[in-house]
Amino acid sequence: MIRLGAVYILAGLLFAAVAVFSAQDPSNPRRFRNAAFWGLIGVSFVAGNLLGDFGNGLLVLALVGLGGLGRLGHGRPATTTADARRQSATERGDRLFLPALVIPATALAGTLILKRVTIGGAALIEPGQATLISLALGVAIALSGAMIWLRPPMSAPAQEARRLLDSVGWAAILPQLLAALGAVFALSGVGDEVGKLMTGTMPLDGRFAAVASYTVGMALFTMVMGNAFAAFPVMTAAIGLPLIVRRFGGDPTAVAAIGMLSGFCGTLMTPMAANFNIVPVVLLELNDRNAVIKAQAPTALCLLMVNTGLMYFLAFR
Amino acid sequence: MLTLSGIAIVVVGFLLRMNPLLVVAAAAIVTGLAGGHDLVTVISTFGRAFNDNRYVSLVWLVLPVIGLLERYGLQERARQLIGRVRTATPGRLLLLYLVVRQATAALGLVSLGGQAQMVRPLVAPMAEGAAENSFGNLSDTERQLVRAHSAGADNVGVFFGEDIFIAIGSVLLIKGFLEQNGIIVSPLALSVWAIPTAIAALAIHGTRLLLLDRRLRRKTESGDRP
Repeated sequence: MIRLGAVYILAGLLFAAVAVFSAQDPSNPRRFRNAAFWGLIGVSFVAGNLLGDFGNGLLVLALVGLGGLGRLGHGRPATTTADARRQSATERGDRLFLPALVIPATALAGTLILKRVTIGGAALIEPGQATLISLALGVAIALSGAMIWLRPPMSAPAQEARRLLDSVGWAAILPQLLAALGAVFALSGVGDEVGKLMTGTMPLDGRFAAVASYTVGMALFTMVMGNAFAAFPVMTAAIGLPLIVRRFGGDPTAVAAIGMLSGFCGTLMTPMAANFNIVPVVLLELNDRNAVIKAQAPTALCLLMVNTGLMYFLAFR
Repeated sequence: MLTLSGIAIVVVGFLLRMNPLLVVAAAAIVTGLAGGHDLVTVISTFGRAFNDNRYVSLVWLVLPVIGLLERYGLQERARQLIGRVRTATPGRLLLLYLVVRQATAALGLVSLGGQAQMVRPLVAPMAEGAAENSFGNLSDTERQLVRAHSAGADNVGVFFGEDIFIAIGSVLLIKGFLEQNGIIVSPLALSVWAIPTAIAALAIHGTRLLLLDRRLRRKTESGDRP
């Protein structure tokens, strides 16, 4: 059976290779800082389960220190020139898309087919992890194919990954760090506190006021927590069920479904949802850290109004 | 109330544009201490959650493939490809991507897109190429605007498509939560209620993408006559 642990080891080896190449790159004035940063992520992937909770905590603080105090540098791995790329694009044509499309195609096949494959009674893929394991399988297939076809130096995949990771920099661990922050919030009961604060300050008399407080509250709470999943139970228990459903007689199905989607409007507007709103900023080399949020905010605000209207007019039939 | 100090740190830290890693770590430690836990417990909880959430960072596994293909001209090819389509504008292209992303997400195929897998190597270069073909040379501001909208189309598409699929995480979360409160709903009924918002999202964001074309056209035209 292919387990998620195997995928973690693969990821760990990638980060370890990036760390080694970073340390060997004299063009990067901060090469040892980069090597330590990527190396620690590699350690976390390979040996995270052996470090213990406190050990992992120290590892996180070390990563935060390396990536947050002072800057990571940019390595300059040997790659191709702009002219060579244009020429290669013309020569190789649309076949270049093929390896890139293998990844989503494998993810698709994995979710639909591999999940059900058994060998000698045992599942081929760890149950519940089909998406991540097929992502890794897709990468392995695409990479092998591309290596055989393009015949680059053996170090090229790790070096090209280093080129991209150095441009991503500290943002590489931000989504994971935010997920960990969510756990500390849960430990300290932050969600309930925010729920209390919001229900205490929002106007809740009358059907429309309750609906608007719920949808806007879902969006605001989601912006604070970074995802609608954390906001939904708190806000629905505080406003959705007791007021909109029980007092005003709203249909719980419509209220809950549209409430969650109101939270998604908040997700479009917060840097706390880093994998959606900050990671593309670094991947696309944008100067304004909030550029993606600014592109999405008008849509999010319009949709929040639409959701409020939908709930008000459709949930009470 | 004291436990909310972590949220204050996050808000202030992001507003002052401090390094987000420092902001998030500080917020975690302050929140934990304010919640009455000792430092070792807080660091251990933070560390355990970081370890449990390693899957979040697995998205970087695609970088060796994307980087290798870029080395051989993937982005350039994406531009050449879109250059052959005379009627392609960035707004129309991103509208098409929005429709495809939303439709596939509604069928549960959320991993068909994504910022690292699709937007950086394919969608953003195509949108930029289409913008150059339609409106001539772009200024840096316009180029960045087109890229930001490429990322936005992916997010809007997946967010307001996936809830139509009955087995997606958010639908199962709603079902489980309502069940705990004694209300039994079917996932299908929940996903039906996601359809009106999905249509609105397509209409609103689609219109904005087409307006992006107008905005780019005006900007580049006014650039010719200083």
